[in-house]
Amino acid sequence: MALSYLRSSSSSSANLKLLSSAVSIRRPISTDTTPITVETSVPFTAHQCEAPSRSVETSSSELLNFFRNMALMRRMEIAADSLYKAKLIRGFCHLYDGQEAVASGMEAAITKKDCIITAYRDHCIFMGRGGTLLEVFAELMGRRAGCSKGKGGSMHCYKKDSNFYGGHGIVGAQVPLGCGLAFAQKYSKDETVTFALYGDGAANQGQLFEALNISALWDLPAILVCENNHYGMGTAEWRASKSPAYYKRGDYAPGLKVDGMDVLAVKQACKFAKEHALKNGPIILEMDTYRYHGHSMSDPGSTYRTRDEISGVRQERDPIERVRKLILSHDLATEKELKDIEKEMRKEVDDAIAQAKESPMPEPSELFTNVYAKGLGVESFGADRKEVRATLP
Amino acid sequence: MAAIFQGVGAAEALSSSPFNSFDSNKSIFSPRRSFSVRKGASFAVVRSDGTVNLNLKGRRAQQLISNAVATKADSAAASSSSKPGHELLLFEALQEGLEEEMDRDPHVCVMGEDVGHYGGSYKVTKGLAKKFGDLRVLDTPIAENSFTGMGIGAAMTGLRPVIEGMNMGFLLLAFNQISNNCGMLHYTSGGQFTIPIVIRGPGGVGRQLGAEHSQRLESYFQSIPGIQMVACSTPYNAKGLMKAAIRSENPVILFEHVLLYNLKERIPDEDYICNLEEAEMVRPGEHVTILTYSRMRYHVMQAAKTLVNKGYDPEVIDIRSLKPFDLYTIGNSVKKTHRVLIVEECMRTGGIGASLTAAITENFNDYLDAPIMCLSSQDVPTPYAGTLEEVTVVQPPQIVTAVEQLCQ
Repeated sequence: MALSYLRSSSSSSANLKLLSSAVSIRRPISTDTTPITVETSVPFTAHQCEAPSRSVETSSSELLNFFRNMALMRRMEIAADSLYKAKLIRGFCHLYDGQEAVASGMEAAITKKDCIITAYRDHCIFMGRGGTLLEVFAELMGRRAGCSKGKGGSMHCYKKDSNFYGGHGIVGAQVPLGCGLAFAQKYSKDETVTFALYGDGAANQGQLFEALNISALWDLPAILVCENNHYGMGTAEWRASKSPAYYKRGDYAPGLKVDGMDVLAVKQACKFAKEHALKNGPIILEMDTYRYHGHSMSDPGSTYRTRDEISGVRQERDPIERVRKLILSHDLATEKELKDIEKEMRKEVDDAIAQAKESPMPEPSELFTNVYAKGLGVESFGADRKEVRATLP
Repeated sequence: MAAIFQGVGAAEALSSSPFNSFDSNKSIFSPRRSFSVRKGASFAVVRSDGTVNLNLKGRRAQQLISNAVATKADSAAASSSSKPGHELLLFEALQEGLEEEMDRDPHVCVMGEDVGHYGGSYKVTKGLAKKFGDLRVLDTPIAENSFTGMGIGAAMTGLRPVIEGMNMGFLLLAFNQISNNCGMLHYTSGGQFTIPIVIRGPGGVGRQLGAEHSQRLESYFQSIPGIQMVACSTPYNAKGLMKAAIRSENPVILFEHVLLYNLKERIPDEDYICNLEEAEMVRPGEHVTILTYSRMRYHVMQAAKTLVNKGYDPEVIDIRSLKPFDLYTIGNSVKKTHRVLIVEECMRTGGIGASLTAAITENFNDYLDAPIMCLSSQDVPTPYAGTLEEVTVVQPPQIVTAVEQLCQ
C-alpha cells in the first residue's frame, strides 16, 4: 500500500483542541515540523527494569499509516464476520477487532527480519507482516489463493518471507516455538528478535514458564507479549489467574505493562523491548487490550460480560478513534480525508472478497501434497509404504 | 472388567441396588434410597449365557421385579404424548446423565475449561454450576496437563472427577498424565489405588475446524494399559455410557463427536446404563458385518440404505467399546456373515480399525471368507477446505463400493 499523503503541520496555529476523552489528557504537543512527540496517556508499569519514557516520537506519515492500517484491519475483521454468517467461512473464526493497535504498533517498531509468532487470532498480524487481503480472505474461505493454499484455515496463516510464523490452534503451544525462533536468531547472530504473542488464557500454560526459563538461561532474544484482553474465551482473567499481573509473572524476567489500545505506547514498548532483549535476554510485555467480538464467531461474547462494558471500551479506548483524534488535533488531515481513507479501505476489502470468491477450491490431489517435503518421491503413505489415494465412485 | 462385575452384582442383588429413578430432589447429599420401579418397565436382563446385559433397548424379554415398592416415579421429564420416554438432543442426554450421577453420588465432580459459569462450550454442563456450586463444577484455567493430573490425584483418594477436554486434541497436552498416572497407578501400586475418573470430550472431524481441532485420539490412547475407551453415538448410549463410565472403578475415556451433539432421540425416563464393554447391534443382517463407531455409524447407515436397495443385507454393529473390543458380539457376527468391513474415522495407520483387524484375524480367521477390509481416514492432517476435508474421511459411496467388492 502506498504511503498516504502528508498534511503539512508547519503552521503553529493554536489548533490544540481540548480533547474531551475521559481517559487521555494530552499535554501540549510540540509544533515542530515532521517529528511529532506524543505522550502516552497511560504510563508504563515496569517490573525488574526501567520503564521507557512516555514521550513517543512519531511523525504525521506514521500516524496516517497507523490510521490506514488499523482501519483496514478493522474493516477486514468485520467483513469476515459477515462472511462467517453467510457460511462462506466455516469452522472457527477468531476476530481481532479492538486489538489492532498491538499489531500496528509492533510493526512500526521492528523490521521484517524480526520474527512474530502468535496464536489463532492471527488475521491482522498476518496483514501487518505484509500479507494481502486476498490471501487472508481466500484462506478463510478455503480457496487455492489462500496463504496456506486453503488447507490451513483461519487459525493457520503463515508468511515465511516476512518471518511470520503463524497461526496456531493449541493454546500456548506457540510460545515454546517462539523461544525456539529466538534461539535460532541468537545462533545465527543476526541481531533480530522474536515476539511470541499469547493471550491471558494461555498465560496459565506450564509450557510458557518452561520456555521462559530456558530462554532466560540461554539469554535468548525472546519477547513474550501477553495480549491481555481480560477474557480467556468465557472465563474472566481474575477467575483463571491468581495473579493477573501478567507482566510480573516472569518473576526473574523483566516485564512491562502497556496500554494496548494506544498504538504509540505499543510502538514505544516494542522498541524498548527489542533493545532490551538483544542485550539482556527475555522480557515480557503485557498489552492491556480488549476484543469487541466474542472469543470466536460461535461465542456471542455477551454471556460473560455486559454490553455496557463493551460499548464503554469502544467509546473511551478505541485505538482507531484515538489516532483519529490525534491526527485531527495536530491538523494532519481533515475529517473528510480520514473518512475517505476509511471508504477506500472498505472498497479494498470488498474487492479482495470478490476476488477471493472467484478463486477455486483446492484440487482433490492437494489432500496428499505437503504431508512430507518433496524429495521422498511419494506424497503420502501409511505404514505399509503404499501411496494412499481416495477415489469416490 | 469391573463394569461387568458391577452389572452382575447389581443383577444379583437388585433389592439393594443403587438404581434410583431420577427425581428432582435437589439435595446433594441424598442417601442411597431404596429403588423404585416404574410400573411395567424392566431394567435389567440376564442373558442366557449368564452375563448381565443392562442394555434396555429392545430387550424386554424378561422382567426382573424384586421386592421393591412400585411407586409412581417423578416424571419431571415425561413428554405429554402417549409414547414412553422423552425426546432430547445428545448433549442434553449427556447432561442428564451427568446430572443424575452427580445427584446420586456426592463424590462426582466436573473439571474443565468453561464448564461452570459458561455452561460448557458444547453445553454439556449447562446449568450444573448453578445447581451444584463452584466446588463440584470447577472452571479451570487453560492448563490441561495440570488439571488432568489434579483430577487423577483426586481420584486416587476416592473422588470421581469427570474431566472435560474442550476438544479431545487438547488432551494431548495431558498425555503423560493419562498414560503414566491414570493408566498405570492401579498396577504399580499393587491394586491399592483405583482411579475412577472419566475423561471426556468431543473429537473427530467437524465442519472445517482445521487440522489441530479435528484429531482422533482413540488411536493414541488405545495402547495405554489400564484405561477403558468408549465412544457414544446416539443420545441413548451417550447417557448410558456416561453413567456407566462414572460408576466404573476404572478410568474411562468417553469419546464424543463434535458433529453428533445435536442428534435427537427419544430415550427412556427411567434410570438405565449401558454396558461399557458391549457393542450395539444397529442392524442385523446376513451378508457382511460392518463394524463402526461414533459418527461413521451414520455414514454406514446411509450406505446401508443404498446397499439394501442393491440387494445386500449388511449387519451393522456399533462397537462402542474401543478398548476392550466386544469380541463376543463381533465374533458371533463374523461367524454368521464371514465377511468384515470396518468403517472408522481414525487414521489408517495405527487406528482402531488396524487393531480390530488384527484382533479379528487372530481370533476368527477360520470364519472369514475374505480378507478384512478397513476404511479409515487418510493419513493426512485434516485440511481446512471443505472439499478436501470431505475426502479425508470415509463417505457413504466408498462404503457401498467396499461392500460390493467384499461380497463378490
